[in-house]
Amino acid sequence: MNRSLPPSSWPVAGRLVLERDLRLAFRRPGQLLQPLAFFAVITLLFPLALTPELERLREVAPGVLWISALLSSLLALDFLFRDDAQDGTLEQFALSGQSLTLLLFAKTVAHWLLTGLPLAVMAPLLGVALGVPLQALPGILAALALGTATLSLVGAIGAGLTLGARRGGVLLSLLTLPLAVPILIFGARATELAIKGAGYAGPMYLLAALAVLGLTLAPLAAAAAVRIGLE
Amino acid sequence: MLAVENLHVFRGDRHVLRALSFELAAGCCLRVTGVNGAGKTTLLRALCGLVEAEEGVLRWRGVETSRSAPGYHAELAYLGHDAPLKADLSGRENIRYAVGLRRVLDREAVSRALERVGATAFAERPVRSLSAGQRRRIAFAALWLCGATLWLLDEPNTNLDTQGQELVAGLIEEQLRAGGLVVAAVHQDLHLTAGRRMDLVIPGGR
Repeated sequence: MNRSLPPSSWPVAGRLVLERDLRLAFRRPGQLLQPLAFFAVITLLFPLALTPELERLREVAPGVLWISALLSSLLALDFLFRDDAQDGTLEQFALSGQSLTLLLFAKTVAHWLLTGLPLAVMAPLLGVALGVPLQALPGILAALALGTATLSLVGAIGAGLTLGARRGGVLLSLLTLPLAVPILIFGARATELAIKGAGYAGPMYLLAALAVLGLTLAPLAAAAAVRIGLE
Repeated sequence: MLAVENLHVFRGDRHVLRALSFELAAGCCLRVTGVNGAGKTTLLRALCGLVEAEEGVLRWRGVETSRSAPGYHAELAYLGHDAPLKADLSGRENIRYAVGLRRVLDREAVSRALERVGATAFAERPVRSLSAGQRRRIAFAALWLCGATLWLLDEPNTNLDTQGQELVAGLIEEQLRAGGLVVAAVHQDLHLTAGRRMDLVIPGGR
């Protein structure tokens, strides 16, 4: 019995969950690299299937990069809550007296740092392979960083809802993809404008608006979904 | 302190718990027995709110738990069949991250808890390399450390050797002496020598 120890505040709890998830991920680097390798492979298949001409590749590059990034982050989304649900960690989260919304949000942030952000960092490199001019690369990075963050937030809802399903992977994709459509539209548009050398602030603002919307609503919905999944 | 009134719980379309009522005072241990499938685990999960009760009222310190769930949860600890440990982390790390959500820990506090359950020797090894009984000891170190008033234990003696079972009895007695409450679903005896005990038999197993 240790009632003498002071109770943890919520920032401490959130930071612990974040730290734990990062540490766990680096204990299993293979799982970390899978979505990145997947992203690279899909993107590099397009020149083989379409055309080796850089002129034409440059035109399809925004779509190629975004769809590949979307599919890769969906692949990683399945890991978001599954392990923790199986070994009972999520139950303990729900019973910790801390806000489940906060703890799951910390998990989502860790997930984005481990998958979304690396994808966004990798995208400019793959963009070069698709004939994208160098001055467009910061725009691509920014759009993807923002887009994948929203995707992680929205995906957390789907990951929570499919916890109870035995093989939830495909179901998770079917649930999340329609919600990802606005991200895809504005993200690809921003990337296209960046490649053409035009101002891409407009679609970036809309991407940011989606991110804010996700930030405020998605963690609450994800917590509610996980609670249902725990029953 | 913990009062259950007319609790009805369904699992799917099975009416598992029927009109269950009991009251548990501070410093008291409730042993829940019943055949396999009678609903012991369901009762524990309903007590901590992981399973929704169809009907019935649950009161903690006189307040309905559904009204103040976070406060109630901060005072309870639930240990299920399987210890909720991360296989890739060491026992010490597991305790730090699990109990750290509830209490501010320093290294010494964790070491004390590990020593209390005799887990110091294997605390730095990844949990995946530990035996089931050793994992159980780590889980008990976390339980002891988290300072919860109400312990909900599902088969606390599973996978433990004789010494381990004595350890569990000792921990429970310590908890009761400090004015805590324990609800344990058991098949075997808990070998308690001190503290107030009550029994609850869940009938059936349909």
